[in-house]
Amino acid sequence: MSETTTSKHVSFLQYKGKYKGILGWILSTDHKRVGLLYLYTMLVFFSIAAILGLLMKIQLIAPGYTIMGPQTYNSMFTVHGIIMIFVIVVPGLPAVFGNFFLPLMIGAKDVAFPRLNLASWWLYVIGILVVLSSQFVGGWPDTGWTFYAPYSFRTPANVLPALFGAFIMGFSSILTGINFVVTIHRMRAPGMTWFKMPLFPWTLYATAWIQILATPVIGITLLLTVMERVLGVGVFDPTLGGDPILYQHLFWIYSHPAVYIMILPGMGAISEILPVFSRKRIYGYKAIVLSSLAIAFVGYFVWGHHMFTSGMSGRALYAFSFLTFLVAIPSAIKVFNWVATMHKGSLNLQTPFYWATSFIFVFMIGGLTGLVLGSLATNVHVHDTHFVVAHFHFIVFGGTGYAFMAALHYWFPKMFGRMYDASWANIGWATFFAGFLTLYLPMFALGLQGMPRRYYDYLPEFHTGNIISSLGAILMIAGALIIITNLVRSSRHGKKVTDKNPWGGKTLEWQTDTPPTLENWEEIPTITDSPYEYK
Amino acid sequence: MSEEKLHISSYRSHLFVLAGLLLLTAASVAVTNLEMGPLNTLVAMLIAGTKAAIVLTWFMHLKFDNKLYAIFTTLVFVIFLLVLYVTFFDYSYR
Ligand code: HEM
Ligand SMILES: [Cu+2]
Repeated sequence: MSETTTSKHVSFLQYKGKYKGILGWILSTDHKRVGLLYLYTMLVFFSIAAILGLLMKIQLIAPGYTIMGPQTYNSMFTVHGIIMIFVIVVPGLPAVFGNFFLPLMIGAKDVAFPRLNLASWWLYVIGILVVLSSQFVGGWPDTGWTFYAPYSFRTPANVLPALFGAFIMGFSSILTGINFVVTIHRMRAPGMTWFKMPLFPWTLYATAWIQILATPVIGITLLLTVMERVLGVGVFDPTLGGDPILYQHLFWIYSHPAVYIMILPGMGAISEILPVFSRKRIYGYKAIVLSSLAIAFVGYFVWGHHMFTSGMSGRALYAFSFLTFLVAIPSAIKVFNWVATMHKGSLNLQTPFYWATSFIFVFMIGGLTGLVLGSLATNVHVHDTHFVVAHFHFIVFGGTGYAFMAALHYWFPKMFGRMYDASWANIGWATFFAGFLTLYLPMFALGLQGMPRRYYDYLPEFHTGNIISSLGAILMIAGALIIITNLVRSSRHGKKVTDKNPWGGKTLEWQTDTPPTLENWEEIPTITDSPYEYK
Repeated sequence: MSEEKLHISSYRSHLFVLAGLLLLTAASVAVTNLEMGPLNTLVAMLIAGTKAAIVLTWFMHLKFDNKLYAIFTTLVFVIFLLVLYVTFFDYSYR
């Protein structure tokens, strides 16, 4: 057969199918193109939400009115939170790198349901547009991303589009989860038994189950809130005999497992990167797999730690505090595994490795402060202060965000067939890291001093910490600009890479062409070894 | 997959499912007349759970399908039950 001209052997970036130009992307069912669609969408909305964050920090650089009043500030943190949580970190690594690399890493030609996959992206975009439409039909919501009852159905601000939009995005998340579960069960290459599967797919698998099981709960909750607002049915409204704490239960039954949707794939990516840059086999493969499953399982039962001060029964407080401490164990197991993987390895100090090690650093600060929040006595003092804000930014931004950047710098040459400028990437990382610590570390102190979250103003004694923090925000944004400029520029003009395996990785995605061809493989590989076989 | 066999349910089994569901619906209406305090919720959930189990097992063919599906469905229900159990740590001790 003369195969040189068949379109199947063209890189997925060049391939021309039924449609040309942008339609060839937004109607493509190729998992790699869908992954990149998510990446570009996230880049746009991350930038918007980051600007909102910067504006809030500028407002907080001095007490009183600096650049905005209370109502504007309230809607800013609401929209910032909704975008960052539902648009960026929840889909995050699964939608971008899961779509792109799951089939490559398990030796499949695509995900199990390619059309459903494209539909997920469309639902996601529609959801975002519905959320943002609130700006044009009555102003941004002001409830915070948590939409707590009863304020969410009393506020005159317009929360309906935000609730509906988040509801639609939930469907996108569920469909991605179903797609990945089926793909992993049915489409692994011959010879790839469960325990020969690389760790990133494993964490995607654990995550997919959380997406499938937890997301419907938030869907129902958001719809109930819509009904409460429009019809006044009285499920949550205390004046109608409802229970506002029930809202918090339902919300966190989803949203705590959701924080593991955010972090697990990040942990998976880190577990891919460290062995490659330490030239060593991952330490404790099975421990990492099992702790991922344990995190996914136990993570369902700790949601009450967000409600310690809400007026739950005393017994519930003990139970949730205990379970919260339990879930910290598998998280810690992973940290030990990563550190042991690097131990006595021959370390290759490149950008992905910097991101991965700084991930461990910030994730530990986030995790350990989580324990301060998880114990009842200390929680009462720091709940709803800047301490919580610092905790979850260390975990969500420091954890998921850093893992995302690590993954992006690791897989970039495979995705685009081009290499970024390494020194700019390192300068960007260093600037960002310094800015990040300057921005969020003072918040722990501010929280301990008693500065509440979600206020546009503060008492004079909090001024110093806020100045430092706001300057950190500016530094961090500067770092982010360097990083993004470098990557965007390099994706079009960077040095061409044709080497299949520029980092010397052992997993399957490094055996495909760079960039991969339309159907990934000329012949589906057969697997005999476990991944990460470094000698 | 090779050993996938078709299973066609008889009208008889459909009728049994229908009858079971109707009976249990009547039962859940009937128990609302009893005053059992918090146990009312428990009984209502048990009846609803039984109905779901009937639908899943016979109507949706879990009984005749690959065991894997039954295992996963059961696991999902176990998690769901545990979530309810933990929730009621709050409601039953307030
Ligand atoms: C290592 C174990 C962890 C523990 C023990 C822990 C504990 C807690 C506790 C107790 C709170 C509630 C604080 C309060 O409002 O009073 C909290 C808030 C939060 N945590 Fe964690 N956490 C952990 C890991 C994570 C992870 C992995 C993520 C996400 C990737 C995360 C994301 C969040 C978020 C988003 C909030 C704040 C939500 C809000 O009120 O807006 N946490 N954490
Ligand atoms: Cu939580």
